[in-house]
Order: sequence, then structure tokens, then C-alpha cells
Amino acid sequence: MTKLNSKIPEGHISEKWTHYRSNQNLVNPANKRKLDIIVVGTGLAGASAAASLGELGFNVKVFCIQDSPRRAHSIAAQGGINAAKNYPNDGDSIFRLFYDTVKGGDYRAREANVYRLAEVSNSIIDQCVAQGVPFAREYGGLLDNRSFGGALVSRTFYARGQTGQQLLLGAYGALSKEVAHGSVEMYTREEMQELVIIDGRARGIITRDNVTGELKRYFGHAVVLASGGYGNVFFLSTNAMNSNGSAAFRCYKQGALFGNPCFTQIHPTCIPVHGDYQSKLTLMSESLRNDGRIWVPKKKEDAQKIQKGELKPTEIDEEDRDYYLERRYPAFGNLVPRDVASRAAKERCDAGFGVGPTGLAVYLDFEDAIKRLGRDVIEARYGNLFQMYEKIVDENPYETPMMIYPAVHYTMGGLWVDYELQTTITGLFSAGEANFSDHGANRLGASALMQGLSDGYFVLPYTMQNYLADQIKVPRISTDENAFEEAEKRARERLEKLMAVKGSQSTDDFHKKLGLIMWENVGMDRNKEDLTKAIEQIRNLREEFWKDVKIPGEIDGLNPELEKAARLADYLELGELMAHDALQREESCGGHFREEHQTDEGEALRDDKKFSFVSCWEYKGEGEKPEMHKEDLNFEFVEVKQRSYK
Amino acid sequence: MNFTLKIWRQKDAKSKGKFEKYSISDISPDCSFLEMLDILNEQLVARGEEPVAFDHDCREGICGTCSLYINGRPHGPDDAITTCQVHMRRFKDGDTIVIEPWRAKPFSVIKDLIVNRNAFDKIIQAGGFISVDTGGIPDANAIPIRKEKADQSMDAASCIGCGACVAACKNASAMLFVAAKVSQFALLPQGRIEAKERVQKMVAKMDELGFGNCTNTYACEAECPKEISVEHIARMNREFFGAKVGGRKNIKK
Repeated sequence: MTKLNSKIPEGHISEKWTHYRSNQNLVNPANKRKLDIIVVGTGLAGASAAASLGELGFNVKVFCIQDSPRRAHSIAAQGGINAAKNYPNDGDSIFRLFYDTVKGGDYRAREANVYRLAEVSNSIIDQCVAQGVPFAREYGGLLDNRSFGGALVSRTFYARGQTGQQLLLGAYGALSKEVAHGSVEMYTREEMQELVIIDGRARGIITRDNVTGELKRYFGHAVVLASGGYGNVFFLSTNAMNSNGSAAFRCYKQGALFGNPCFTQIHPTCIPVHGDYQSKLTLMSESLRNDGRIWVPKKKEDAQKIQKGELKPTEIDEEDRDYYLERRYPAFGNLVPRDVASRAAKERCDAGFGVGPTGLAVYLDFEDAIKRLGRDVIEARYGNLFQMYEKIVDENPYETPMMIYPAVHYTMGGLWVDYELQTTITGLFSAGEANFSDHGANRLGASALMQGLSDGYFVLPYTMQNYLADQIKVPRISTDENAFEEAEKRARERLEKLMAVKGSQSTDDFHKKLGLIMWENVGMDRNKEDLTKAIEQIRNLREEFWKDVKIPGEIDGLNPELEKAARLADYLELGELMAHDALQREESCGGHFREEHQTDEGEALRDDKKFSFVSCWEYKGEGEKPEMHKEDLNFEFVEVKQRSYK
Repeated sequence: MNFTLKIWRQKDAKSKGKFEKYSISDISPDCSFLEMLDILNEQLVARGEEPVAFDHDCREGICGTCSLYINGRPHGPDDAITTCQVHMRRFKDGDTIVIEPWRAKPFSVIKDLIVNRNAFDKIIQAGGFISVDTGGIPDANAIPIRKEKADQSMDAASCIGCGACVAACKNASAMLFVAAKVSQFALLPQGRIEAKERVQKMVAKMDELGFGNCTNTYACEAECPKEISVEHIARMNREFFGAKVGGRKNIKK
């Protein structure tokens, strides 16, 4: 049985990271160049890790599936990045950021990791400013902050509605600097297929060159997996089309434990689904909730008229509008955390008060804000988001309220890692959304960018040295070794098997079916019956997929259909794993809502006695039920209580 | 809605390409342009033909992956958006739509509508960054920056690196792309330190990679999905001449 050791350092929470750094092993500069590190992924976590490790003098090889490292989906993050700078003098502190994050995650994250995250958050802002990231500024020349869901202070730094883009381009600049310097080698359009393990340690990867179809072997003394999240298991999500969970999942199949796979974030403010040809959902930044008010009609007959197109929202009087977030949560109002806002929207729509042609939408209204601040101010704050909305929906949000609905956005689950961000496979580290992360059961807005950059710039460059210090005597292993041969064979056979099916349904046909099963049964609200049914349905679909998928083209050369099918094959297993995890967790917490476990007011009801743990799943072979291990969560520094935003 | 599509098909970089004609029907006006291509591809797969390869990823106009000449215009008929944000309601029922890859010598075709834009990465690697390593950085508010300058820098920094400027230019010049990066840093005190070397190195790399010269037609600005202004080109030219005249280090091609 795999033993879990989270390796949390001794001492008071505010001293753990300092203590760790003071006592860890380091690698001397002359030895660093003898060590090779592989980084998979060039989002915030991957790019910042690769750049920082390259600066230290390690030989880094970094891989991305896109045509350039500047395109990873971190680029689409709109709202901002949190830090405990307390520039606005409104009472923020490292402890408060730590506390809000633990509470926001519904007490299902590891205290020590979250504290470290809050601790290094300030350095991230310093770093990015030095790189030339043009954050928003006040007239006095200093940095501006805004507020975000789940916090009572303004601690979010932003660059218009393009914060993720600017931070990623900052990290991409740092990465480019190291490529020019020769410490980092960049491989684009290459997709990791398999992890190579030698004597129990991660020692390399097999990739597919997605242009030529060639399988390639790479050695590393250590491997960092920063390949992002798996939200696309739902088919429709706010993720990029090529975002996928395969690299992480292949590591799981080689023995890395998968933490909290069922913890999915459903983001409350996305453009609603409009047709069955739809390929993805578009997020409207959470920052809009700072000034926009969310409502649905008070009267069901008004909602029905709107659905039929007989009534316009602007024709509904103020007293006939139900600002349900302000009504239910007076303290936080429209700024409640995402899980709470999403469920509240679904509750209203399920009760028949939804708007839009499908009845699956609520209004996000800027009328009051425009009256109070003027159109110019709103345009300066959200202009690009309003433009994006208008292009997609063909309605002007300055004149009529936006329509929004929750959509799959982020996966808190991922590869289990210890305090050093090392997985249960020695030498395999994981960072950013790919690991099971510091967000517990629900991530707060503007915290993903913070975590990705924290892991990459300020955590891995330290913790990896602690591992690599005793690897300096390990010579570079030839990729002709048996383990590489076998891993490549696994990868080739899998692709050949896919090509050989020659069935009748396309990959997207199967993906849409999987997405529907997931959304209906493993989505916003879950229950025992649905989850049990979903496991059965996914298994059947998987069987059908391997008998009937149709992949045109050749195995060699550029073949997007083959890429998609290979990723879907993993989703068809990962989806089942998510359902198993959701089934065992007989409580509601954060984004995981079990209908059987709710308060009289319909809020999530945790069971701390039984479920204050990270579920860590171990792969047991094809068709076998995975085995669950537990990492108990102990809260020494925050008081665990019922989360309230009232 | 019904359309006739004329799409550039090319097996790989070495093969010769040609236009193929496809008919597509029952397309919703709310369908995005790339969703329309998805539907076409699903039909091609069903018929056992190879789908059309095109680059795309975020589908919300920010990653810069999607490209395409649509009826002779980079990113299609609308201003200030990328191909993935174009919706079919912008076309007329029955239209013939011509779809081609970016046409520029430094962007070779990989397959069908996909081109190789690695040249952009190489230009950035030549100096499109500020040389600070991780850590040891003073407080972010240590240097106040005029809001106006920060905003202008942000305007330049919104470049998504899609390559529409090169594709739109009759000379296949990358001036707007390079100028956006040079300008972003030239406007900030952090970026001034290496400003003279940066502009020379980036311009030298751009020339080396085979991009053409700028003849001030401003087609790049007109087609840029992020509306990046040619003012940045003017600023880059000033930076460049300033560096050549007053620079300590003259960097040659």
C-alpha cells in the first residue's frame, strides 16, 4: 500500500516555510548543470518553474502542446491575482488571506500549504512588476486593487480584464530569456504520452510530436507536471479546446495518487448554452459582480413571458425583481464565493424563475452601476468584457442586462502532492491546476493565478533542490534503456489501438455523450442514485468507444482527431474516477454538493468527523475499482466552522 | 443558413496545396465561425474524409492561436476580433466564403490552414523581456508609474501574437508585433534599462528571419484584433534611431 506523508514542517504555521528553507538541502552551482529537469506545460506554473529553474543553472526541457508557450490557457484568466499587500489599508494580512482561502475552500485544504501560498503572494506581485507587467494603477502612480468574491478586503491586482494574459506573458518573457540564455530548451507541439519510471523514480517522458507523429524519448533527473486541469471531461467548459487531463492521468496510471478528483468548480458567471453545436462556454469575469447585480423575476409568470420573448427585462419594475443573492446573503451579497453563487442560480432556474429562451439563465445587471458611476467608468472597468459579450450574444449589455449561467471552470482535484509538491512517485512533482492544490473544495476568485505562480516561481525552485541534492551522482541515463523502450511501446500500442478501431462514431460524438452524463450526474448537485448510474453509463460508453470510434487520417503526421481521441480515452476513465470520489464523499463541501447533505436553508452541510480528509485514489488496473487512501486534514490554526456568508 | 466554402487544403509543408469546395447547410446564425468548421469536420469524418486542420484553442479571443484569412481578410469581416469570435450572423445566407492560411514567407504552412509561427518566439527570445531573475525584487510600489504611461504600456501589451499584422501586410512585415513589445517596455521605467539593446536586437532578428520592411500602409493596425496602434511603430522607430545614434553598443544584423 502506498504510504502518504505530507511532510509538513514543524513549528508555528508562520514559521514552517522559513524553517523548511533554512534546513533544506541545496545543490551547489557547479552541480546544477549536471542535472536535467523536464517540465510539462507552459502555463503560469510551468513557464515560471522552467524559467526559475533555468536561472538557477539546471538544464531544463519544457514541453507544450500549443504552437508557442505563450498560448496556455492561463492566458484567458480575466479578473486578477490576489496578494496580501494590504496597499488599500483595509485590514488585509497574510493570515487573513490564508484564512479566507481555507474558509473559501470549505476546510478541505492543507493549512501549511495555504499559509505558504499567502506568504509568497506578495513576492509574486513584486516579481511581475519587475518583469514589466502593466498592472492597473491609480493616478498617483501606485498599484490599484479591487475586490473579489469571498473576501471583505480589496486584495486583487489586475491588468484590465486580461490579468492572466499579462502574467503569462511575463512568465513567457522570463522563459524566453532562459531559452536565449541556453539553460532552457523549448519543445512546442509535443504532447506527453507516458511517464518513464526507473527504479521507482520518475526519469523521463515519452512525447508525441504532433506535427510528424513521431514518438520521442527524453530523460530528466526529475519531472514537473504542470499540465493544467481536466474540466473538459464535461465537454462544455470554459477551458480551452486543447486543455486536457491526459498527462496527469498517465502519471496516475503509473502509480501517482489522484487527490480529490470530484472537486470541480462551477463558475457562476458564464454565457449560457445556446445550441447543440456549441464547442465551449465563455466566462464573464467574476469581477463583474463588483458592480453588477444578479436577479431573476419575482413572479413566475414574468419569467415565463421572458422565456417566450414576450417581455423584456427592462420592462420589469424594481419591486418585481428578486435580487436573490442580496436577499439570501446580506453580508456578502453579489460577492459570495463561486460555489454559493452557482448553486443559488441553479436553485432559481430549477424553481422556474430562469430567463432567456431556455430558462437556464439569470440576469447580471449594470443599470444601477451605470447610474451611480456613469457609463465611462463602467466602460473603463469592463469594456473588453462587454465587447466580448456583445460579439457572442449580439446584445448590448450597457442597455439590457447580461444573461449568465454557471459553467464548469476549474478542477481543484489533481495529482496528490506533499508539502514539497512531490507526488507519490519519487522525482515527479506537480504544480498549478494539475496538482490537487491549495483550494480545497472551492477556489476563490483570483487565487488560481496566485497558486500557479507561487508554485512555479517560489516553491519548486526550493523544494526540488531538496530532492535533487542527492541526485548529483546519478549520471544521465540513456534513452535506449529498457524503461524508455517499454514506455514508448505502451504509447505506440495505445495509439495504434485507437486507429485500429475504425468504427462509425466521431470522437466528438462520444465526448458530448460523456459530457452530458457528467453534467447531469457529477455536476452541480450530486446524489447516490445518479452517481451510481453514472459509473455504469460511463463504463458502457467507454466500452462502446473502444469498439466504435472513428478516427480518420494516419497515425503519422498531424492528426487532430487522433489527438482528441487519445485525450477522450483518458476522460472516459477519469470521469468514472470522479464519480467514485463523489459517491464516497457523503457530505457537501464547497463545489461538491450532495443533495442528501444540506441544511434546512439549502446550504452545503459538511461532515467534519467523517470527511475531513483528502481522498487519494490509487490506480488498480484496467476495469478495476481504484483504491482510496486518506490524508487526514488537521486544522491547528483556523477554527473549523460552518461557512457563512450571510 | 447555407454556405459554399472554398478551403485551402495542403497535406504538409512539402506538398502542393489547392482549394477544395464544400457545401454546408442548416447553420445557425448564432454559430461561431470555428463551430461552423467543426460541423463541416464532423461531416467529413462521417464521410470518411480527412477533416480540415486549423489552429484554435481558447475560442475567446485571447490566446492568439486561431488565424485564417476569411474572404481575404485576416480574422474575417469584423473589426477588433479574432476568427474564433466571428459569428455566422455576420454573413449572408448563400454566401461563398474563401478560407486560407496566413500567407507570409516566415510562416510556412504545416497542414491545411495551420502555419508555423515560431519566428515570433524567436524575436521575443532575441530581447523581448526584462532581464530580471526570480527573487530579490524591491516592493512593487517602490517605483510609481504615471497612470497614463502604464495604460499606454498595457495597450501595447495586449498583443496576442496571432500574426494577423504580418498576414495583412503586403511586405509581410512584423513591425507592429515587434513595436508592441518594444513599446510596452519602453514606456515603463523597468524597461528603460535595456531599451537600447532590446530594440536593436529584436529588429535585427526580425530582419534575419525574413520579415519584410514597413512601408506605412497601416494594414496591420486595421486588421489587428486587439486594435494595436501604429503609434507604437513610430515609438519603436524613435527608440531604434535613438539607440543607433546614442547607444553605447551598436548591434548589427
